[in-house]
Amino acid sequence: MNPFAMNPFAMTPETLILLLLGLPLLAAAGVLVAGKVVTGAQQANIRDGQGVLIGLYTALCAIALFAAMPVGTDITLLTFVPGLSLSFTLEPLGLLFALVAGCLWPIATLYTIGYLRGADEKNQTRFMFFYAVAIHAAMGIALSGNLLTLFVFYEILTFSTYPLVTHKGTEDAKKAGRVYLGILVASSVILLLFGVIAVWVLAGTLDFAAGGILAGKIDAAYVPLLLGLFAFGIGKAALMPLHRWLPAAMVAPTPVSALLHAVAVVKAGVFTVLKVAIYIFGLDFLAESGGSDWLVYVASFSILAASCVALTKTNLKARLAYSTVSQLGYIVLGAALASPLAASGAALHIATHAAGKITLFFCAGAIYVAHHLSDIKDMDGLGRKMPITYLAFAIGALSIIGVPPLGGAWSKFILMGGALDNGHLLVLAVLMVSSLLNLVYLGEFVLRGFFATPSQPDSTVSEAPLACLVPLVVTALLSIALFFGVDLFMLPFSG
Amino acid sequence: MSILLTHWNYFLVIVLMMLGFYAVIARGNMVKKMVGLNIFQTSVFMLYISMGKVGEGTAPILTGEAGTVYSNPLPHVLILTAIVVGVATTAVGYALIIRIQESFGSIEDNELIEMLDDAAEDGAS
Amino acid sequence: MMQHLPVLQVLAPLMAAPFAALLRWRHMAWGLAMLATGAAFVISLALFVQVSANGTIVYDLGGWPAPIGIVYVIDAANAVVLPVISFIGFIATLAARHLVAREIDRRDHALFYSAWLLTLAGMLGQVTTGDAFNIFVFLEISSLSAYALVAMGAGRDRRALPAAFNYLILGTVGATFYVIGIGLLYMQTGTLNLADLANRVPQLGATLPAYTALAFIALGLFLKMALFPLHFWLVPAYGYAPSAVSALMAATATKVSVYVLIRLIFGVFGADFPSLADGFGMLVITLGLVGAFVGTLAAIVETDLKKLFAQSSIAQLGYMAIGIGLVTASGLTAAIIHLFNHALMKGALFLAIGVIAAQAGRATMGTIQGAGRQIPMTMTAVLFGGLALIGVPLTAGFISKLYLIRALIEVDFWLIAALVFISSALALAYIWKIVEAAWLSERPEGAPVLTESIGTWLPAWLLVLATLGFGIFAAPLVEAAMAAADIFFGGRP
Repeated sequence: MNPFAMNPFAMTPETLILLLLGLPLLAAAGVLVAGKVVTGAQQANIRDGQGVLIGLYTALCAIALFAAMPVGTDITLLTFVPGLSLSFTLEPLGLLFALVAGCLWPIATLYTIGYLRGADEKNQTRFMFFYAVAIHAAMGIALSGNLLTLFVFYEILTFSTYPLVTHKGTEDAKKAGRVYLGILVASSVILLLFGVIAVWVLAGTLDFAAGGILAGKIDAAYVPLLLGLFAFGIGKAALMPLHRWLPAAMVAPTPVSALLHAVAVVKAGVFTVLKVAIYIFGLDFLAESGGSDWLVYVASFSILAASCVALTKTNLKARLAYSTVSQLGYIVLGAALASPLAASGAALHIATHAAGKITLFFCAGAIYVAHHLSDIKDMDGLGRKMPITYLAFAIGALSIIGVPPLGGAWSKFILMGGALDNGHLLVLAVLMVSSLLNLVYLGEFVLRGFFATPSQPDSTVSEAPLACLVPLVVTALLSIALFFGVDLFMLPFSG
Repeated sequence: MSILLTHWNYFLVIVLMMLGFYAVIARGNMVKKMVGLNIFQTSVFMLYISMGKVGEGTAPILTGEAGTVYSNPLPHVLILTAIVVGVATTAVGYALIIRIQESFGSIEDNELIEMLDDAAEDGAS
Repeated sequence: MMQHLPVLQVLAPLMAAPFAALLRWRHMAWGLAMLATGAAFVISLALFVQVSANGTIVYDLGGWPAPIGIVYVIDAANAVVLPVISFIGFIATLAARHLVAREIDRRDHALFYSAWLLTLAGMLGQVTTGDAFNIFVFLEISSLSAYALVAMGAGRDRRALPAAFNYLILGTVGATFYVIGIGLLYMQTGTLNLADLANRVPQLGATLPAYTALAFIALGLFLKMALFPLHFWLVPAYGYAPSAVSALMAATATKVSVYVLIRLIFGVFGADFPSLADGFGMLVITLGLVGAFVGTLAAIVETDLKKLFAQSSIAQLGYMAIGIGLVTASGLTAAIIHLFNHALMKGALFLAIGVIAAQAGRATMGTIQGAGRQIPMTMTAVLFGGLALIGVPLTAGFISKLYLIRALIEVDFWLIAALVFISSALALAYIWKIVEAAWLSERPEGAPVLTESIGTWLPAWLLVLATLGFGIFAAPLVEAAMAAADIFFGGRP
């Protein structure tokens, strides 16, 4: 094989699209094959190694595609029903999400390997298989060209992450699985699909188009209702009160949480909200009709309420879960403000939150693997034993809070700009109060880790395994890099 | 009142239909249900045949004489088919009743329901 | 040969039936059944191709032209129904071999296949014929054999006998109502030929006899298609019947009655018949909607899997009824699509749980605990069938839902659309109970070990693949259904 023929940067966009969709499936198949064909001690290494390699290659493809930014490239795989096809179209937002998912996947896979081995979890083959399928579904969502394609992959994502959530097989895991599936499927089948078909009937098409496809097709009075179907139908965006599945899913192993919160599931949710707002409704149409005003308030409520709940949680993962609910509210808010600036801030937030949150979850998992602790009360003084982990956590936390020089600062700044644009001063206040709350519940953890005295004083450094440590350092650095490289990301959004 | 005299055949059909239908629904004994079903079906036969009657017409069998007015033969043919169906249904129905009697010892609806409710927990056979 | 295809479609299983009864060796009876059903399937495909290319085929039986003789008419509407019925018949026969071997006494196998072929012949006849009374004849042929087939489940569970008897009583009442209706139509128009009736009945207008005929015909067919509240016979009959019979009947019998309803209401009375849309249509939509909820909710609390899926069928038939009750081309398209897809989905589900029922005596939540590990292929078939019922994309069930909701939204029936969504989301509850029992639970000690072989899971998987195939490559089916709806609605929207 000619190595240069495999260079993603030299490939056509169409090829890259197919690769981005197909590579995760290839990895999934590889997991199954390795499980059946290879035996012995090397089985796990081959199975996992091919996953990481394919993941790295996928990341390269995603970077190549994002760098090229071939807006408008379109491939149709098949015609579903007359008038609707399974097709993929490239535009900046989708490419950004694909980039985030593609780059974080290999990192997450590496971490998963370390975690599963470190915590000696069972059924690793099944886990890795569904992990890869979930990434495939996320790619499908990112690159989708019409609402139907997006919906198809959205559902695939729900069902492929279910086995991950219920992985432990305990009664708690089963109950969490029921809540997860129940909320996500019910919302997508009852509300989202309703919205999709309504758009189909109103606009005659489901293809995404710049400026939206609903302008003139629907009475301005009904826009809030239709938007509501989407806002609550996209359960993965965890807009309150449909957020319960997220804390429930914390019963899953931490790599799943990392995947759910940063790489795939919630990002797919808010991405879909943004995409629908920009390419189905159209920001101008939303602004004129005022159809998204109510969403500004609901999202603001979600941001603040979730942060308050986070304060009350002592289980680290639960606290991070509610933090995510709050942060997702930012993105929904960005969509609801119906201005290009706010929307680009929201899009950037997808990337910065992904990097920051995944770092936080990696750290939480590292703590569990190294010391079997999950409650903050037990983690006093742990920072001295796991300095690298805590430092990475601090960096991720600062990004979430929105402090320069971390990437999160930019996305928050642009969002605030978008709010000012429309005169939503209340939103400004909400964002600032939220930052304050973030500081409290995230900062508490870091400060207690470094400065509190532990119940059993013992300052020997016992960090997490390397396979866990490297990823969290990488993503922490990524958060810093996002601050400096923000122009690269925002360039395609100018306009 | 005159309609009763001119259309008495249809009233007869209705009466039979309701009698049969009532027996099917209201009677718990399976044999009585079958009898009711038969009466119900017979009323339908009568409906068809009486609709086929043509004024002064005679039975629809060719006599060879010119100028004979015949009743419409088609309903007769249809009813022959329906009678056969009715006979077959009755046969299957009674076969089932015999099997039920052998298996359950009763052909009364309410007794069967009681027996089945008890057996429902243990599964059956 | 080619011009006789319409009648051969029915003759193949019909003539094979008595021979199957006479055969001594039961394996030959099955072989004959395979040949007959296979031939029926091939013929149905050939007919579909012919109709797509050349338009409606009219076949005069015995050379007697309409309206004197009985004619068989194959147009776009039944050309799409025939393949699915015969395909299910073929696949179910394939599965019947191992299912029947375990569930029915050896001495009765030859008779079983004879009745089996008669049922199928009756169903194909109902779909093929263009004469209203002929429909009744085939309806009764199919029903009588079905009563006998259901009763054959008595070897395993004696409750099959009262179930079969109730089925007989209610089925005969339904068929008799149909005959009364046809008789009333004959009285008013003088013809039994469907095409001829289609010309004359609309001219009757909004008269009491016409409405009475409509009511009797509809009532009889509602009973046969198990529309709420005339659905009580279905659950015990399919629940206690032998597994192969449940599979065949659940997938085909009620669908054929839906087809006959469509043919009579839209083909004979016509969509423009006065008060059809408001009176009759709204009644059917309401009953269908209630049936959808009743069926789904009953399925959620049901533990016997066959009865559970029978309850689910009532819900799905409710959706078809809603599509019909809309009295629009879109609604009818949706109903036909769902008729087709549901046959495939339910066939797959019943064949899969039949594997369990045949081995463990009954397929219940209890007997499938941990089955996911012992019989993965079979349980995965159940999973996919279940996902199709919920309406997950990439399955045929999604396509059905898409078009049904679209038809509802087009006439601004937003509330009904929302209710349809809610009831289909509720299906998640009973599907997930099954998933959890199969994969997330341990098999209890002492439970019979379940085994599967390619012979047992293949039939179900063929139908699962068809479900997925029509879920992904749905365009041909949708177009065929639209062509079918066009037959009844002309050029109207």
